[in-house]
Amino acid sequence: MEIPILKQRDYLIASVQSVLTDEDLINLRDKLVQQVGRYRSDGVILDVTGMDVIDSFSVRTLRDLAHMIRLRGATTVIVGIQPEVAFSMIQLGLRLKDVPTAPDLEEGLAYLDRKKGKRTLPPHE
Amino acid sequence: MRDDKEGKPRSLTAVKPAKRSGSQRPQYLAGEELLSPPVDESYIEVLRELVAHLRQKRTELREEWARRIMQARLLKAMTEDEILAECSAVYDNYLGTLETGSLEALEAYARDLSERIIPRGVETHEVVGIVLLLRDVLARSLFGKYGQNEGILYRVLDAYEPAANRIANTVAVGFVQERERVIRQQQEAIRELSTPVLPVRERLLILPIIGIIDPQRARQLTEQVLRGIRVNRARVVVMDLTGVPSVDAAVANHLVQTVEASRLVGANVIVTGLSPELSQTLVTIGVDLGKMFTVGDLQGGIEEAEKLLGYKVVPINPKSDLSIG
Amino acid sequence: MSEKPPSLAFGSGGAGTNPGGKSGPPRDVRIEARITIKAVEDIVEARQKGRALAQELGFSMTQSTLVATAISELARNIVLYAKTGEIVLSRVSTEQHVGLIITAQDKGPGIANIQHALMSGYSSSGGLGLGLPGVRQMVDEFDIKSRPGDGTQVTALMWL
Repeated sequence: MEIPILKQRDYLIASVQSVLTDEDLINLRDKLVQQVGRYRSDGVILDVTGMDVIDSFSVRTLRDLAHMIRLRGATTVIVGIQPEVAFSMIQLGLRLKDVPTAPDLEEGLAYLDRKKGKRTLPPHE
Repeated sequence: MRDDKEGKPRSLTAVKPAKRSGSQRPQYLAGEELLSPPVDESYIEVLRELVAHLRQKRTELREEWARRIMQARLLKAMTEDEILAECSAVYDNYLGTLETGSLEALEAYARDLSERIIPRGVETHEVVGIVLLLRDVLARSLFGKYGQNEGILYRVLDAYEPAANRIANTVAVGFVQERERVIRQQQEAIRELSTPVLPVRERLLILPIIGIIDPQRARQLTEQVLRGIRVNRARVVVMDLTGVPSVDAAVANHLVQTVEASRLVGANVIVTGLSPELSQTLVTIGVDLGKMFTVGDLQGGIEEAEKLLGYKVVPINPKSDLSIG
Repeated sequence: MSEKPPSLAFGSGGAGTNPGGKSGPPRDVRIEARITIKAVEDIVEARQKGRALAQELGFSMTQSTLVATAISELARNIVLYAKTGEIVLSRVSTEQHVGLIITAQDKGPGIANIQHALMSGYSSSGGLGLGLPGVRQMVDEFDIKSRPGDGTQVTALMWL
C-alpha cells in the first residue's frame, strides 16, 4: 500500500494510517530517503499512530530509516506511538535508541524547529 | 474426639440402629467426609427429632447462648441487646440448616451471617467462637434430654455432631472468604484513589505516588501514565516518589519501564522525591540513575519541567505548500 | 484482581522444560484458531487474530497489544528460520481464571542452544535475535521445546 508523503516547508511528513506489511514499511523507508535527497529536506516526521504493533522488524526498519536519513543530513522524528504499543515494545526489550519521538505531529514539528535553531518565542500567557 | 479407629468398644453396638448394609457412619474427619450430608436415613430421622426438641427449647437456649458469648467476651463490638437480637435471628436458621443439611442453605446462611457482622468489625475467631458455642449449648441440651440412655445418646450425638461441625466449618470458611472479598475491594478502591494523574498545566502531568506499590499497582500506574500522556498531550511527566517508602526489584524494574515507555510515546519523565533508600534500591538492581532525569523534590521537578516546556515555537499554519511525494 | 493460579503444565522457562507433577486447579484448553505461517503476510493475520481473541476474552487494550506483539515475534521467527510453521491460539480456563495460550510450532532446523537463545536479548543495534527472552518476560507462563533437526515449539500463556 502506498503511503503518501507530504512536503511542508523544509520537512517531509508521512503518516501511517493502517496496518503495514513488512514490504510497505521497507518501501516507505526507501521512498523517504529518496525524497529527502530530492527536496533537500531538513527533517522527516513519521507518524505511526496507525501502527497497532511495533515488533523487532519494525524497530529495525525505523532505526535504519533514521540512520539513512541522518546520513543525508536530516533528522527524523517518530510521532504517535500508541501507549499500549510503547508498553509492549518496552516489555519485549525493544528500544528506539537515538531516534527522537514526540507525542503528535505538532510537537514533532516543534521539535524539528527547535533543533534547527529556529528563533523561538517565549510562551504566551 | 471419639475415634472409632482405636477400636474402643462402644455400647452403641448393643443398640445398633437399623442400617442398610454398606452404609457408613459419619467420621470425625476434616474435609470432604465432614461436609457430606448423612447417608443413613435413620440419622435423618434422629436429626429431625432432636431439632424438634431444640426448637421447643428455643427461648432458653438462645439466652443461654447469648450469655455464654458474653462470658467468653466475644462480639465485644456489640451490646447485650444486639447480641441477643443476633442470636435470635441466627438460632432458627441454624436449626433449619441442621435439619435439612442442604449445602446451599448452609452457604447462604454463612454468607448472610458474614454480611451482617463484618461491617461491625467482628474478627474471625469471634465468628468461629460463637458458632462453636451454639453447638455446645445445643449439645448440652441434648445430653440433658437423652443422657439417661447411653445407647440412645450416642445415636443422637452420631447424628448431631457431624451436622453441627459441618455448619461451623462452612460458616468459618464463608466468613473468611467474605472478608477477603471485602479487603480486596477496599484495596482496589485505595489503589484507584492513590494514583491520580494530574494535568497541571498544558503539556505537564504530575503523578504523585503514595504508599507501597505492588506489581499489580505498578502495572495500573503504567497504564494510567501512558494514557494520561496521550490524552493530555503531555510532553513532561513529573513522577513523584516522595510518598513511597520502598520498592522491591520487580516494582523498581517496572517503574523504569514506565519511564522508558513514556519516552517512546514522546514525553520526558522527571523523577522526584527519591529517598536515599529508594536510590540505593534502584542502584542495587542495576538501574542507571544517570540515565534517569531525577530532581530532589516535587517543587524542583515542576520547575525543571516548566523549563523544558518554557520555550514554545509559535504554532505553524499547516496550510503551507503541500506536494505529494 | 485475584492472584494467578499456580503454574501447571509450564515451567518458568528454560530449555525444554517439561515439569512433571501437576498441581493447582484443573485447566480446560480449547483451540480457537490455527494460522499457517508461510510468508510475512501471515504474520499480520496471526497477530490480528490474536488481538481479536484477547479482546474477546476481556483483556485490556494494553494486554491485547502485548499478545499481538508476542505473536508477531514468534511468527516472525518461524518465517525467518523455519520457513513454514503454525501459530495456534487457544483459550484456557480454570474455575476462577481465563487466559490465552499462544503456541508457535514448526518443523524447522530447531534451536541448537536453547539456553543461549533464552539469554540473549536484542542486541543494542536491534539486530537479529529470536526475541525469546522478551516474549518470556512478557507472559505469565512460557515453555520451549526444540531439537536440531526436529523443529521447535514455543508455548506462551497469559492470564486475564
